[in-house]
Amino acid sequence: MTKSELIEQLAEQYPHIPFKDLETSVKELLEYMAQSLAKNERIEIRGFGSFSLHYRAPRLGRNPKTGDSVELEGKYVPHFKPGKELRDRVNIT
Amino acid sequence: MALTKAEIAEHLFLKVGLNKKDSKDLVESFFEEIRQSLEDGEQVKLSGFGNFDLREKAQRPGRNPKTGEDIPISARRVVTFRPGQKLKIRVENAGEES
Repeated sequence: MTKSELIEQLAEQYPHIPFKDLETSVKELLEYMAQSLAKNERIEIRGFGSFSLHYRAPRLGRNPKTGDSVELEGKYVPHFKPGKELRDRVNIT
Repeated sequence: MALTKAEIAEHLFLKVGLNKKDSKDLVESFFEEIRQSLEDGEQVKLSGFGNFDLREKAQRPGRNPKTGEDIPISARRVVTFRPGQKLKIRVENAGEES
């Protein structure tokens, strides 16, 4: 499912909301979440999961083309931990 | 302080101009649509943000950390999140004051 398919699904459930507003809402929602992470503020959605940042220490990397080593700075990377409801619903075995 | 559904709903109310009930319901439905798609075995791709993928894990040996007893961890399907390039770049320096 892509973002636009998700918006179409929402449009079926919310026929009284203009399609344009649903598009803006989904865009705003994701933008707001991204902004929150960019401030290193975690996101907690009960039953879905939480997003936070994990730190990656500086390390020596290599230029794959030349083989030269390059110093890579420490950085933060997004991390998602699925919540219980999501874990349970996805795990149909 | 962590960002929650209530704050996201408040943001949609202020920014998009939906009423409070629609804002709250829509945030809930947004996450439910993602859960449902994943439950149905379909990955979710949110361009600019990231992808929620599914992975099949084989059974592996585990143990009860309290008793030390060996218990196999059963085969399962799990969700993984792969952040998009845009999101990765935005958070890279999130720990620094800027």
